[in-house]
Amino acid sequence: MTTTDFTNVDPFSGSYDTTEGTVYNLGGGDWDSIVGAPEGENERIVVNMGPQHPSTHGVLRMILELEGETVVEARCGIGFLHTGIEKNMEFRTWVQGVTYVTRMDYLAPMFNETAYCLSVERLLGIEDQIPERANVIRVMMMELNRVSSHLVALATGGMELGALTAMIFGFRERELVLDIFEMVSGLRMNSAYIRPGGVAIDLPNGAEEKIRETVVLLRKRLKDTSDLLVDNAIWMGRTVGVGYLDLTGCMALGITGPVLRATGLPHDLRKSAPYCGYENYDFEVPTQTTSDAYGRFLNRIAEMRESLNIVDQCLDRLVPGPIMIADKKIAWPSQLSIGGDGQGNSPEHIQKIMSESMEALIHHFKLVTEGFSVPAGQAYVPIESPRGELGAHVVSTGGTRPYRVHFRDPSFNNLQAVAAMSEGSMIADVIAAVASIDPVMGGVDR
Amino acid sequence: MTELPVVPEGIAEIDLVGVRKGAFGTSGSGDTSGFGGLVSPIVMPGASLPPFGGWFDEVAEELALSLLDAGVSGAVEKIVIDRGEMTFFVKPENLIAFMTECRDEPALRFEMCTSVSGVHFPEETDRELHIVYSLLSLTHNRRIRVEVTIPDSDRHIPSLVGLYPSADWHERETWDFFGIIFDGHPALTRIQMPDDWVGHPQRKDYPLGGIPVEYKGASIPSPDHRRSYN
Repeated sequence: MTTTDFTNVDPFSGSYDTTEGTVYNLGGGDWDSIVGAPEGENERIVVNMGPQHPSTHGVLRMILELEGETVVEARCGIGFLHTGIEKNMEFRTWVQGVTYVTRMDYLAPMFNETAYCLSVERLLGIEDQIPERANVIRVMMMELNRVSSHLVALATGGMELGALTAMIFGFRERELVLDIFEMVSGLRMNSAYIRPGGVAIDLPNGAEEKIRETVVLLRKRLKDTSDLLVDNAIWMGRTVGVGYLDLTGCMALGITGPVLRATGLPHDLRKSAPYCGYENYDFEVPTQTTSDAYGRFLNRIAEMRESLNIVDQCLDRLVPGPIMIADKKIAWPSQLSIGGDGQGNSPEHIQKIMSESMEALIHHFKLVTEGFSVPAGQAYVPIESPRGELGAHVVSTGGTRPYRVHFRDPSFNNLQAVAAMSEGSMIADVIAAVASIDPVMGGVDR
Repeated sequence: MTELPVVPEGIAEIDLVGVRKGAFGTSGSGDTSGFGGLVSPIVMPGASLPPFGGWFDEVAEELALSLLDAGVSGAVEKIVIDRGEMTFFVKPENLIAFMTECRDEPALRFEMCTSVSGVHFPEETDRELHIVYSLLSLTHNRRIRVEVTIPDSDRHIPSLVGLYPSADWHERETWDFFGIIFDGHPALTRIQMPDDWVGHPQRKDYPLGGIPVEYKGASIPSPDHRRSYN
């Protein structure tokens, strides 16, 4: 084996010999020197795409081995957004964990929170004690979130394929949903709204009318977007038959969500393992049989329509009632309210603990600083996020902090399919394939 | 003062993963209440005995039969039914045989391995590292958890990539975070941490890190140096 003398060559440009032949590096400005590179059957180009690339759907690094424009091998490099959320949660109380998980898959915060809370609630054994109103609000928030997440999938996917109008439309409509989140929870994203035992704060006055109006508007605008892209010859040219992955491949690679349903299998955890009362809602599970990027796109459009229908049903089901579990040993002691200086504990509660009841103050202090204990054991309650099966494997040793929380994020798992979807295809189709998986790197790297 | 046994004698078959001291889990707080001397065991849900109820019995019986057909005996250490979830504790040397039956037996058909992760229990001698697999059967709409324990001194376990290709990245992540070596994995490299990272961050002996933060004249210690109530 020969060793390469890197002292005399610039490792970032120029060329050097290896056992496999001459390797040329392109560093820019040195095109003249590589014009004479040999044409031959062994000509392989390794292109490093990303981690910061406008068409890789986030900080995703792709290492593509090309022969001409054909992708021979495709590999992903991830981890650029790793923030150690799971480790950090082991040093916070169970309730504080919500504010961490909401930042994982930042396009689907409501789903992260729900997945975590459902597992914690199963560990606490309080699954049956969650108030009806809290469950309805959870479902409504999740379905609105599904719409906003799919809109971003459409927007960024469209942008990556050059359909900039789809991007403008998608982000414009998403803002309508984020306005609702802001009105309800105080935050557009990362709202930490769903808490163990219920939700953080009740819907404000006028929220139901506002949501009803938004749903009507979203339906109308959604029709515009789908009219723009469904049956669009250019869009179909870029997506039909691209990123093919059939049911066998999906099962082997553990793929769930719209990608799996595009193979014709109507697997949806809202139907197969209902949570939060999904068994009480009337909705369809859209499927396609094309197994390609176009089928996944059609699935997302259809799922958004179904989600809006579920939101309508939620609004009809909303009846006044508690939004937090009755058990005072778990429920957050105060109601939140919005004052002149932002969101905080309600003035009535402050009045009570500061000047009326010493016991209430002790209770508040214990529950807020120490937190509640969760019986030892482990739980995993998967839910259907916009990208597939999302679940938190939560382990408790009986303390006031999680012992271990592991998120099974669908983006992380589904990104494994990039190689199977894009090897042998054109380099431009890699973009369409990745966009059709709709990975969110915050969830992939956590 | 003599050390009393944490677990009363005569109680066998419990899953002891650690010991909690004091009434509130704190230390160094000058607790004069007398409760600071409390010592209590941390016990995970123990083994269940049949009948398990529901489809759990069917899965357990089918697995026992097909493992018998495959000539594997004693693969399952125990079965835990807890909070409506079924967990098989499997011996590491039988993991591949066990998983093969789970996947291929028509009455079981766990087609998907949806997740692999680890849990580190430093106080559980010779069973410090737990590897947790989540299997899903689309055909029967069932979900089981398979848990394997290995000693920290010998962190090897066979890789499942040959059976379930989806385990590829999950196993890499478990190696990255816990230092568990999956024998037979095609490319067991770090996946979340940088390639040259030292240590495995999700292990309990790996510190969280962080520095004290000063706020309005007071210094607030980093999260893993604050008083904890665990």
